[in-house]
Amino acid sequence: MLGYGLRRLLEAILVLWLAATLTFVAMQLTPGDPAQTLLAASGASPAEIARRRAQLGLDDPLPVQYVRYLADLARGDLGVSWLHSRSVGRMILEQLPATAELALAATAFGTLLGVALGLLAALYRETWVDALATGLAVLGLSTPVFWSGLLAMLFFSLYLGWFPSAGGGDLRHLVLPAAVLGFSLSGSVARLVRAQVVEVLRQPFVLAALARGLPLRRILLFHVLRPAIGPAVTVIALQLGFLLSGAVVTESVFARQGLGRLAVQAIFWRDLPVVRGMVLVGAAAYLLTSLLADLLQAWLDPRLRGRDEG
Amino acid sequence: MKRSLRRPEQNVLERALRALAIPPLQAISPRRPLVRQPLALFSLLWLAVIALGAALAPYLAPAGPLATDPSHSVLPPSPGRWLGTDFLGRDVLARLLWGGRWTLRMGIEALALAVGLGLPLGLVAGSRGGSLDALLMRLVDAWLSFPSLLLAMAVVAALGPGLSSVAVAVGLAAAAPYARVARGTARGIRAQPYIDAARAVGASPWRIILRHILPNAAPVLVAFAATQLGWVLLHGAALNFLGLGVPPGTPEWGAMLAEGRAYLRDAPWAVVAPGVSLTLTVLAANIIGDRLGQE
Repeated sequence: MLGYGLRRLLEAILVLWLAATLTFVAMQLTPGDPAQTLLAASGASPAEIARRRAQLGLDDPLPVQYVRYLADLARGDLGVSWLHSRSVGRMILEQLPATAELALAATAFGTLLGVALGLLAALYRETWVDALATGLAVLGLSTPVFWSGLLAMLFFSLYLGWFPSAGGGDLRHLVLPAAVLGFSLSGSVARLVRAQVVEVLRQPFVLAALARGLPLRRILLFHVLRPAIGPAVTVIALQLGFLLSGAVVTESVFARQGLGRLAVQAIFWRDLPVVRGMVLVGAAAYLLTSLLADLLQAWLDPRLRGRDEG
Repeated sequence: MKRSLRRPEQNVLERALRALAIPPLQAISPRRPLVRQPLALFSLLWLAVIALGAALAPYLAPAGPLATDPSHSVLPPSPGRWLGTDFLGRDVLARLLWGGRWTLRMGIEALALAVGLGLPLGLVAGSRGGSLDALLMRLVDAWLSFPSLLLAMAVVAALGPGLSSVAVAVGLAAAAPYARVARGTARGIRAQPYIDAARAVGASPWRIILRHILPNAAPVLVAFAATQLGWVLLHGAALNFLGLGVPPGTPEWGAMLAEGRAYLRDAPWAVVAPGVSLTLTVLAANIIGDRLGQE
């Protein structure tokens, strides 16, 4: 277990290093001079721009810049925003709680809905219940959040007046965005849970449980759903990237505070350090959750450790 | 005859499953052609309608997509204006038809990039194996570790906003999963005895990839490409919705939704039309990919 964990950790660090290198290369390939972009608005003289270049270390050879960039990252320093001259790390931290709140609420809703739909579809396989549940799942996968968001806003806030249409703050503001994002998440969860449950139902231990005369509800809850939920946990963890992406769009639809606004603004003004910082933080978060999910899986199901090491 | 050949314990299991109201295990019939499945047929038809509407937009559209008419703004759907007009008096149907051009073009360009990049990478990695495979797949892992839309947004930031940047960004983001699937499929086929046979008679590695692995991988690759089309349409439209793609006022479905957001109460039809069209198009691509992917 310890060896497996260590190996997975090293792998995650390797991928993170590759991701950091990719972003470094991308920044180098991007046309435009950062110092010039930084000072263009203030009408700085060429001499000032040159001084700023030296200050930012842009005149150093590329390998030096690369090593310094990695060293900064290792210390958690994501650089300085070109637009606001502020620490990118701090800017991201400020917006993180609002996005995390939305992502967590959406995950909770999407997981509940997805497991329920998946279980129903599997139990009533190839009946109208299955068709309905699977149809809802595919609809969830195919509906853009910015469309379902507008639709939800139209019905639940403009026509019915149940929830506020935009802004943030209390829980009432959270309901619609979380439901919309959760619905699109539930699609992949439902499909996976359905496949898993169908698979588990074929296992002999379900038959054994039936033969022992256990009540049906008990069999479903403890013998069927429990082993089926393991892989679903991994997939939900791996949906973090999807959630972050979806949260960006959802925030924009409902005019919420959060990383979405920061990202859109940064891209619009080509504030590349902020964009790079967000991408790297997203990648690190993804790698961390997938690592935790794998370790959780390996802990739950010891067979996986052997298979992966062999 | 066939029934009696089954192992007895399987019959017991099936009877137990039937007690749980679960259909027997062998109930899945072999795949019928797409046009024989109602849902898949509708999906194909819808895509054809959208493509035709986009291609013939100049002839079909009742008005120019940019023609404003302040005296006829925010009109609900009526016999003369099937989908109503938006807040500037522009005909929604005309904008929808013209918008299909932008949206579909972006989707096809992005898909071409994703397949053009992902297919060779994945096929070569999966067919050759070894250290090349390990290296390429670590790169793909790094690529996949970026949240997809954030990655696409970063590419747009690097290239500058615009529709071609959106296509490139979404295509690049979709290339990594495509390479993954192509590699996995190629690996599975490489283990087949007929590949050993081809190697034994002296076929070159390239010949094996192109003549033996590629044709056998094609069904999976086509199915996944259809699913990817849905994905790139969804994410490309999202970038346009966020205002990072087409310039303001362009009749593109994502951008139309963003514009209509401010007038949601007064002109809901102006967002319903592009929203439903986009959802149905993505749904159709997903359904076709799904059905093609079934054994």
